[in-house]
Amino acid sequence: MTNIFYTQDHEWIRLDGDTGTVGISNYAQEQLGDIVFVELPQPGAKTAQGDEIAVVESVKAASEIYAPVTGEIIAANTALEGAPATVNEAAETDGWFFKIRLTDKSELESLMDAAAYNNYIEGLS
Amino acid sequence: MRYLPLTPADRNAMLRAIGVAGIDDLFADVPQSARRTQPLDLPPHQGELEVERALRAMASKNLAAGDAPFFCGAGAYRHHIPATVDHLIQRSEFLTSYTPYQPEISQGTLQYLFEFQTQIAMLSGMDIANASMYDGATACAEAVLMANRATKRRKAILSGGLHPHYRAVTETTSHFAGALVQAMPAAPEGEEDLISAIDDTTACIVVQTPDFFGNLRDLRPLAAAAHDKGALLVAVTTEPLALGAMLSPGEMGADIFAGEGQSLGVGLNFGGPYLGLFAARSSLQRQMPGRLCGETVDAQGRRGYVLTLSAREQHIRREKATSNICTNSGLCCLAFTIHVALLGEAGFTRLAQLNHQAAIILSQMLSGIPGVTCLNESFFNEFTLRLPKPAAPVVEALAARGILGGVPVSRLIPEDPGLAKLLLVAANETNTDQDRNAFVSALREVLS
Repeated sequence: MTNIFYTQDHEWIRLDGDTGTVGISNYAQEQLGDIVFVELPQPGAKTAQGDEIAVVESVKAASEIYAPVTGEIIAANTALEGAPATVNEAAETDGWFFKIRLTDKSELESLMDAAAYNNYIEGLS
Repeated sequence: MRYLPLTPADRNAMLRAIGVAGIDDLFADVPQSARRTQPLDLPPHQGELEVERALRAMASKNLAAGDAPFFCGAGAYRHHIPATVDHLIQRSEFLTSYTPYQPEISQGTLQYLFEFQTQIAMLSGMDIANASMYDGATACAEAVLMANRATKRRKAILSGGLHPHYRAVTETTSHFAGALVQAMPAAPEGEEDLISAIDDTTACIVVQTPDFFGNLRDLRPLAAAAHDKGALLVAVTTEPLALGAMLSPGEMGADIFAGEGQSLGVGLNFGGPYLGLFAARSSLQRQMPGRLCGETVDAQGRRGYVLTLSAREQHIRREKATSNICTNSGLCCLAFTIHVALLGEAGFTRLAQLNHQAAIILSQMLSGIPGVTCLNESFFNEFTLRLPKPAAPVVEALAARGILGGVPVSRLIPEDPGLAKLLLVAANETNTDQDRNAFVSALREVLS
């Protein structure tokens, strides 16, 4: 069974128990170009699925990151503050943005698995 | 692009194409009662010579700042502007003043903007300054909106010593941005309790120093109290020359600095165009409004300048931009930069000292008039007098005697009759002993 899910806005969430790690997809970082800044949420913040929760800024654009699920932020990847390019180098591993404790795992059913997401981005190009 | 006005034939062709008989038919939806039936009561057109003559006759009714002993301030200050400033701002290297999107053809403009930002950061004691805003009042309003973004709160507390125009612009802007503003009543002697007004919903407190009444305010306890509650301190100044004679807002703990730059390099200009100053701590840089210019190197490693951190701005960020102000007061900013560069650090401090000395002498002379008291315990180059009678007619009577003797507080705060006898008086380096003597004897005469 898959434990990584994608949104149509190109966030990913990797599930581990009742918490998830969130970042932007490799496709998203390619589209954004060199990432120069990431604004992260504060641990303790509560968010609803689809709310703006972070900002990623590249030399070309600034984009909002939306919470893929409802829950409470439990950690932020503060290493990105000094090394935002990590998102370009390892978008779906070391370039994670934050960890979130899920309120309702059934929300994951509205997201795509890796295969569905690959089909989705092929349809975009 | 050539400007070619439409001929009657062009107009008729367009009207035929859209199927109406005449221009008036386009206004058919405007109710008859709202339409003007008579032509505007204007004189017939005149030749250039006649227009010049008529305007010169109107202008001669003015009593210009340079033609009389001048002691007005209240947010707009007169200083001597070296002739070099006007000469240098006209050099082609600085054309045009418009936003330099293309760094490869705008190095002159970008370099002076970078130098301007450096000057403002040094004067304000802040880490980073932008390439200027429209004026002090809009800079103040932008500072409040920025504090809301940075703290994710929405209430600003404005000191009663904030210039009334700055308060009005901040209230208007905040209102339409869905933010709350709590303005303290005018405090001519600096007596107000801002600290107990700060709570957990406060995004910022806004304090002007020297304040509207001329008092120097110690921002340190205010900064500490604001920070205790997770709020920011916005420091405002309307007379940047004061920064040459006092602790900087940054040294006193301010998080954002907003000010008016008119007093250096820019004339009084009947109230505008002016120059907004804006600076902040580097931790807040991505929340800043306006243009930011940065130093970099080109492909050959040579120094160059570019606009930077542009992803905050509306041409990229659209409705999420930090501000709808993505331009700057280019020409005024250039004049400021050149004036400050000509003064240098030592000259700036010396000019500030001259202004302070002129104000001390003037306040002592004026306080010697029976019934006149100076309310300030401290001031830079401007102070508040309490007169034995309402100040507005006194100022009119002084003007009739050829003296521009200050600004009545009632002119800017008409709603508070308790302030009617207060007169704001500013001194500057252009005042001579003769000017001061003329002012004192005219005021003595008017009050007797």
